[in-house]
Amino acid sequence: MTYDAVFYSRMLTSVTLGFHIIFATIGVGLPFFIAIAEWLGIKRNDPDFTMMARRWSRAFTITVAVGVVTGTSIGMQLNLLWPTFMKVAGQIIALPLFMETFAFFVEAIFLGIYLYTWNRFKNPYIHVLLLVPVVLGSTLSAFFITTVNAFMNAPQGFALENGVLTNLDPLAAMFNPATPTKGAHVINTAFLTSAFIIACGVAWGMLKGRVTPYAKKALKLTLSAALVFSISTIIIGDLSGKYLAAYQPVKLAAAEWHFNTEEHASLYVGGVLDAQKQEIKYALELPWMLSILVGHVPSTIVQGLNDFPKDLHPPLFIHYLFDSMVSLGMYLFSVSLLYVIALWRKWSWVLDRKWFYVLVVFGGPFAMLAIEFGWVFAEIGRQPWILVGYLKTNHAATTSPHVDKMLILFIALYTVLGTTAVIVLRKLFKRLNATPDATIEVHK
Amino acid sequence: MKLELIGLTVLWTFLYGYLIVASIDFGAGFYSLYSHWMGTKHQVHHVIERYLSPVWEVTNVFLIFFLVGFIGFFPETAYYFGTALLVPGSVAIILLGIRGSFYAFNTYGSTERPIFLTLYGLSGLFLPASLATLMTLSEGGFLVEEAGTVRLDLVELFFSPYAWSVVSLALVSVLFISAMFLTYYASRAKDENALSLVRKWALLWSGPTIIASLFIFVTMRGHNREHFEQLVANGGWFTASLLFFIIAVTLVVKKTRYGLAFIFVMLQFAFAFYGYGKSHLPYLLYPILKYTDHFTSPIMAKTLIAAFIMGLLVLIPSLVLLMRLFLFNGEYVRGEKNKGSEH
Ligand code: HDD
Ligand code: HEM
Ligand code: HEM
Repeated sequence: MTYDAVFYSRMLTSVTLGFHIIFATIGVGLPFFIAIAEWLGIKRNDPDFTMMARRWSRAFTITVAVGVVTGTSIGMQLNLLWPTFMKVAGQIIALPLFMETFAFFVEAIFLGIYLYTWNRFKNPYIHVLLLVPVVLGSTLSAFFITTVNAFMNAPQGFALENGVLTNLDPLAAMFNPATPTKGAHVINTAFLTSAFIIACGVAWGMLKGRVTPYAKKALKLTLSAALVFSISTIIIGDLSGKYLAAYQPVKLAAAEWHFNTEEHASLYVGGVLDAQKQEIKYALELPWMLSILVGHVPSTIVQGLNDFPKDLHPPLFIHYLFDSMVSLGMYLFSVSLLYVIALWRKWSWVLDRKWFYVLVVFGGPFAMLAIEFGWVFAEIGRQPWILVGYLKTNHAATTSPHVDKMLILFIALYTVLGTTAVIVLRKLFKRLNATPDATIEVHK
Repeated sequence: MKLELIGLTVLWTFLYGYLIVASIDFGAGFYSLYSHWMGTKHQVHHVIERYLSPVWEVTNVFLIFFLVGFIGFFPETAYYFGTALLVPGSVAIILLGIRGSFYAFNTYGSTERPIFLTLYGLSGLFLPASLATLMTLSEGGFLVEEAGTVRLDLVELFFSPYAWSVVSLALVSVLFISAMFLTYYASRAKDENALSLVRKWALLWSGPTIIASLFIFVTMRGHNREHFEQLVANGGWFTASLLFFIIAVTLVVKKTRYGLAFIFVMLQFAFAFYGYGKSHLPYLLYPILKYTDHFTSPIMAKTLIAAFIMGLLVLIPSLVLLMRLFLFNGEYVRGEKNKGSEH
């Protein structure tokens, strides 16, 4: 294969982002649950909840560390791998990037304070309050960075003259049409995923026989929250689809294998495509559904791929990514719904059964997979553009001849960091489980 | 002042902030490792840990700020620096990645491990060298424009005395700044045992710091005559820097006022750093990029500066809080405040 700097730059960008997003997602969602647990612990005077907060925050510091270093990676790689993109768009996306950094700064400072001030305040609520800037900081930074991605999908707030941006309106660029749905979906799914990741760990412990009041309370907290967040995920996901229909119809058409502009359009789930004949086989066909999803009524006209020149079509395999994300979302919704109903009706044939714990354990990795599928779908669905309508990806990359070697180096780095993080976390929880009373201290 | 200069000053200030906090951080990591090797770990380790643990994440943000701000204010520079710096930049990122993660694994994991300590101690020593090299490139002479792209001439870089003198200065400064800070911190902790050791390190590295700085002048003369003359023209900054250095070291020799001594070290580096920055102007990358030619549009510059001021309003009180809790709180520093709690 001949060397292609664009190809390797894309690979390196997606490897770094795909790795970072795991830790970033936990970074957004976990502090929220730590705060709730600690607050409940004080309010109900229940040491179980306090212990949750302590254990989760121990794990959190480790994920934050990897989140920070991989985030630094992206920050630098964006400049190193996409110099032309940064030259064109750099000045307009500088504002959200700048604000993102401020948000991180606040998060980092208060996280440092939080971790080292257990038992230091007479009024214990002050310690919980320290998490407010942490939660706000990480959520806002996720929001700001997402506006950058939204801008790449729906650029506005400038005019392009001879390759130079003029008439800049930084706020219009930040609050582009993609920002509301994208920002909401990303943040909301981060909370959903974090809830399931914790629940997964707890259920794993229950499978291993640690069916304690502690575990039951933790499951109750996380899975009830997960139900709320999975419902809002579905609602916001639906709105994201409507956004696509209005602003990026070609992405939607590619995701749904929708070729001809028509009303009463069907929705296809799964299936195999014969791209030449534009025929879909073995799919579950839901008549009218696509039109209804886009515009509430079957008579809504949905634009098809054939309306767009072929060289602007994104790869059609994103259909599977989209379907997987949605199916996983339905899975998470069903498991948390089943749990909440079972709790309400006191169904011990659910609550006390191993098969149910297994379902919850799967929820953790499934949620993270949904995040990955969602992003890869959103990013590949944007192709061939890096800045939709203005700049193509293959014109934006570096021309350096060394990207392939860097790709290998970074894959090695992430492998080492990922495996060590998992080992360290496992050891940590093993030790915490061995000393289940509240005297969790470090280094001694 | 012109917007360009305000922008540059802001960025330079963040880089200066990074220089100080990162030097403390990197140096302390190395000293931890060194004392582990020498079997004196029990003597200093707790002092180092108590300071580092709450603040390490903050350190990184200074660097990110500089990067993001630089591209924000000077978007065109991404093209020149981005293409040529892929390899050295990636090396720096990887070192940063190893350093940060393994520090956290070691500190927050269930037990400490020598291998983790070795990884973060050593990467902390390579980092200043690698970051300083990125800085060296801005002197010009190492980036070649050819066939429509920009290439880094690694051979030229490797054989450049100037590049090596920058690397040595970076290394010894890190060890010096860090030891001076730890001297102050140990004295606040009233930990005589640790103090005697770190004070020795501070004095040990003071001489090499000055020698390495002089070396920069000498090699700059051969590398970039124009910049050398600018350095001489701005000689006042460097003389002041030297004076502050002498006061700082005298205080440490006399075993008094370690806090003041550290402030003088900060001034020493501030004057040298801003003096160097000033003499570097008008070039961002000699002789291709000038700060006046490649500035972002005025509206963007104003927005960024406004965002910056608003950010500072949130940031400064938070930083003050952090320092009051962990740096200037005698009880915490002495380790009396945390018995029986998580840390
Ligand atoms: C736990 C994760 C998760 C779950 C369960 C879902 N999503 Fe999602 N989705 C994401 C995680 C995600 C994401 C990772 O957050 C994405 C990637 C890019 C983005 O903006 O959000 C995304 C993007 C994304 C987009 C593309 C937006 C764009 O490109 O601008 C659409 C249309 C949907 N989602 C729709 C849905 C629907 C209808 C779901 C129904 C259940 C759903 N998502 C579940
Ligand atoms: C705010 C967040 C993000 C920004 C600003 C962003 C930006 C970019 C840029 C500049 C590229 C290179 C150009 C291109 O190929 O289109 C890219 C590609 C890519 N990104 Fe993202 N990205 C973000 C989030 C993510 C996340 C979280 C993931 C994965 C989980 C991801 C997956 C990918 C993939 C797979 C590609 C390659 C697309 C292809 O080559 O076809 N992105 N992204
Ligand atoms: C182009 C895309 C991205 C860039 C340039 C980027 C940049 C960064 C940087 C520089 C850091 C470290 C900050 C520090 O030093 O404190 C970081 C961490 C983080 N990022 Fe990203 N990021 C990107 C994508 C995302 C996305 C899509 C999300 C959220 C959905 C996200 C959420 C976070 C969070 C929460 C952290 C803090 C670390 C933690 O708490 O675990 N980032 N990111």
